[in-house]
Amino acid sequence: MPNVSMTVNGKAASGEVEGRTLLVGFLRDQLGLTGTHVGCDTSQCGACVVHVDGKAVKACTMLAAEADGADVKTIEGMAAPDGTLSTIQQAFQDHHGLQCGFCTPGMVMSAAALLAENASPSEQEIREYLEGNICRCTGYHNIVKAIMAAAGHDVSAIAAE
Amino acid sequence: MYNFEFEKPSTIADAVAALQGDEAQALGGGQTLLPTMKQRLASPATLVSLSGISEIKGICTGDDGALCIGGATTHAEVAAGAGAYPALADTAAHIGDPAVRNRGTIGGSLANNDPSACYPAAALGSGATIVTNARSIAADDYFQGMFDTALDEGEIITEVRFPVPEKANYQKFVQPASRFALVGVFVAKYADGVRVAVTGASENGVFRWTEAEAALSANFDASAVPDAPAADGMIADLHGSSAYRAHLIKVLTARAVEAAA
Ligand SMILES: Cc1cc2nc3c(=O)[nH]c(=O)nc-3n(C[C@H](O)[C@H](O)[C@H](O)COP(=O)(O)OP(=O)(O)OC[C@H]3O[C@@H](n4cnc5c(N)ncnc54)[C@H](O)[C@@H]3O)c2cc1C
Ligand code: FES
Ligand code: FES
Repeated sequence: MPNVSMTVNGKAASGEVEGRTLLVGFLRDQLGLTGTHVGCDTSQCGACVVHVDGKAVKACTMLAAEADGADVKTIEGMAAPDGTLSTIQQAFQDHHGLQCGFCTPGMVMSAAALLAENASPSEQEIREYLEGNICRCTGYHNIVKAIMAAAGHDVSAIAAE
Repeated sequence: MYNFEFEKPSTIADAVAALQGDEAQALGGGQTLLPTMKQRLASPATLVSLSGISEIKGICTGDDGALCIGGATTHAEVAAGAGAYPALADTAAHIGDPAVRNRGTIGGSLANNDPSACYPAAALGSGATIVTNARSIAADDYFQGMFDTALDEGEIITEVRFPVPEKANYQKFVQPASRFALVGVFVAKYADGVRVAVTGASENGVFRWTEAEAALSANFDASAVPDAPAADGMIADLHGSSAYRAHLIKVLTARAVEAAA
């Protein structure tokens, strides 16, 4: 069985995996990082989005063995060590960007990848970037609003629909 | 997904050797293959990852001016790096979603030849050359029907060479659930004529709409696009009838010409 080593949220992590072990399985089952969710397991919903070497990927559609040597960041790595939420997470809370919260880890990780690429995205750019993230609760409106707020846009005039 | 051995060679030669093994299969970005394996529609004994082969990644311009894209180059890298061929960069930028684009590769897309995929239209519409570890294949000879290509068992796409046209555009009518093309049309105008490649429509996969090519080579204007092709042999499913798809071909071709002009 291959042995994989990677950096996860700034800390070294390693373990034995099968060829077929998915990155999301390694994170959740072997490292206990259950913040990354599996919504569909068919590459559609984006609940499993994490960053691998700074890029958003669906952890259900990447082998753990492919992440050997990579720098991985999950939702657990977003808040400060003392629990202070990141700007994006705080904006989701402030703007009611979640209801059940199942999609939220993937939404936050996609949003973080977007803002790293484009610090001041338009509403349209945010909606396009979230094409691979499905939310069954919110209707997306407040998710988009939260990301706009996190990017520093004035969202006071946007109604909470 | 059934279990398999995982190998990650760092040279083309080692990958080709590993693919000689019994039931060995290449792994590009895994964005098609892993979902297929989860459904147990594929169950290779060994997966040979191409992601460690640096010589088949990246974008450069060849001596003849063609844009050369390594077979293991991701859609996101093409979207960001194929500025010399804007319509191609734009095609890559609208494949799936950002996470799919960060993993999926041009070689994987062309090897898979999904009848609704975007790159087959770009490659056929550009008269690209598909370069493998063994030979060079003209796009006109490469696509051989739905999910079928000229590739032999264990052959690896190492590079795709795109001649850069004077003008080009890809119009994708998105199937919103899958994010693939319901119908997509790639139009490219070269000094020696216009090429029009259609994806998502035919039961035989990507094809060239030669009537439109002739008309547009004579007059590169949306008004010159001929009547929609016959609906026989077009895909019909719950998303659209064959007549609807045939109609979309005409509409999208005209839009592509307008956007390119
Ligand atoms: C949610 C979602 C949306 C998508 N939307 C679109 C879309 O809009 N348009 C579109 O075109 N595609 C779309 N795709 C498919 C995507 O583009 C895939 O990345 C692509 O089809 C396969 O590329 P891959 O690198 O992931 O290949 P893999 O999945 O790893 O492999 C696919 C096949 O190609 C073979 N292979 C891989 N690389 C090579 C190579 N270099 N040489 C020879 N054989 C090779 C493999 O053995 C396998 O048979 C979507 C996928 C998903 C999950
Ligand atoms: S669980 Fe990975 S995309 Fe849905
Ligand atoms: S908040 Fe429930 S799925 Fe998005």
